[in-house]
Amino acid sequence: MSTISAPGTDAPSAELPAYPMPRAAACPFDPPPTLRTLQGQTPIGRARLWNGSTPWVVTRYEDVRALLADPRISADSTHPHYPHQSAGAAERRKQSRTFLAMDDPEHARLRRMVTATFSIKRVEALRPAIQKIVDDLIDKLLAGPKPVDLVQALALPVPSLVICELLGVPYADHDFFQSNSKTLIRSTTTREQAREATQRLVDYLERLIGDRLAHPAGDLLSTLAERVDAGELSLREAANMGMLLLVAGHETTANMIALGTLALLQHPYQLAQLRESDDPKVIASAVEELLRYLTIVHSGRRRVALEDIAIDGVTIRAGEGVILANDIANRDPAAFPGPDRLDLDRNPRHHLAFGFGVHQCLGQPLARVELQVVYGTLYRRIPTLTLTVDLDEIPFKHDGLVYGVYELPITW
Amino acid sequence: MKVVIDQHKCVASGQCVLTAPEVFDQREEDGIVVLLTETPPEGLVDDVRQAAALCPAQAIWVKEQAEE
Ligand code: HEM
Ligand code: SF4
Repeated sequence: MSTISAPGTDAPSAELPAYPMPRAAACPFDPPPTLRTLQGQTPIGRARLWNGSTPWVVTRYEDVRALLADPRISADSTHPHYPHQSAGAAERRKQSRTFLAMDDPEHARLRRMVTATFSIKRVEALRPAIQKIVDDLIDKLLAGPKPVDLVQALALPVPSLVICELLGVPYADHDFFQSNSKTLIRSTTTREQAREATQRLVDYLERLIGDRLAHPAGDLLSTLAERVDAGELSLREAANMGMLLLVAGHETTANMIALGTLALLQHPYQLAQLRESDDPKVIASAVEELLRYLTIVHSGRRRVALEDIAIDGVTIRAGEGVILANDIANRDPAAFPGPDRLDLDRNPRHHLAFGFGVHQCLGQPLARVELQVVYGTLYRRIPTLTLTVDLDEIPFKHDGLVYGVYELPITW
Repeated sequence: MKVVIDQHKCVASGQCVLTAPEVFDQREEDGIVVLLTETPPEGLVDDVRQAAALCPAQAIWVKEQAEE
């Protein structure tokens, strides 16, 4: 019955499960049921991708964590067997190379150029400004007509305003960069569409960084411009980094805001507990559990083995593609008892929603503060917040490299 | 307990500072870890162990006194 190859065998690829797998229609918050089966039966097994390649898919928490931290595992997307997420994603990676898809020492050299801005202290100092952004958007939302789409009214503007401020990108251009980002993180985007969207964003950032070369402004794009001036980065490399920060900085957190709200509305008792608490620890812990439970970066961390790696009874050969399925790893009962239950008291700090190893999310301190402020404010200010449609009418981003909802119609 | 860090491995994730701010800080210029005390008091031992476990870059170790 099982179509999953035993470790090490060369089953014809047509018999392998296609990855990514569909979620069960009735459980939009849960990872695909096939991944759960794999985790129980073939925790390191092969699957078939869009382009016919058959990389390993790793589904247990301990294995995913160990491999993400293993120096024999490479994130270099130029490797011929790198398991790309889609044709569009392959094109974007080719055209816009960033440290996200490089190994150390190059990765470390480039990442360290921008880490200062995301330290705990620097981000904590932004909390009042983020609170003000959230308060103002909620004022506006309450003064406007209802029902309203929470994605457009709050979820997208909060992280977009914040990352624009940090980078020095004019927020007035948000329609432009949001629509191009959206194209890039959709798995159905074609090569041609990805090439054009990448080109538009890179041109745009080259222009902004070019301006900063002449007129430094104390923002992240100015930091990048300084590196260009010092000959440490080409203008193109700086623009690629700026684009990575701009796209990663708003699309992810936006999805956590809208999808997190939807998940909380399905758990009214826990939502009430969260609403009634003013303990920052309770709110911080709720953020960690929602990150784990929703694992919106749900398309697996993509890697290639540089050497033979023996793990959990399997040998991954040098040069083979590997997908570390952090979504199902975050639902591994061995790491999180009762994993399919949303439990805001769990405080699962060891989750893999931000990845693990040297590529663990650079923006995680910022994402945490943004989510703490939103979850700690929205439901108190609008205690009667409800959906205006049934759960099965909500358009989920099944085709997204980042999961979420396209729209969240709410009223109060 | 004695704490050891490797600044070369650190990726500035901030996980340690979130977990044990009395023991770990980050450099102003690049967010890389700095150790505030090598020998944290008994009350912080659990937090330090958690920080070492959460560090994504394996840049923090804990040595028990007996090993020294
Ligand atoms: C809830 C929100 C977020 C989630 C769930 C998330 C998730 C992730 C994950 C899973 C990775 C690891 C990629 C890999 O291992 O292949 C990552 C990396 C990254 N994230 Fe985030 N992220 C979020 C917010 C942000 C924000 C706000 C920024 C801000 C600028 C950001 C910037 C980055 C960058 C630059 C990397 C690449 C790091 C590297 O390769 O060294 N992310 N993120
Ligand atoms: S947890 Fe590790 S990688 Fe993150 S700042 Fe601390 S030492 Fe550096």
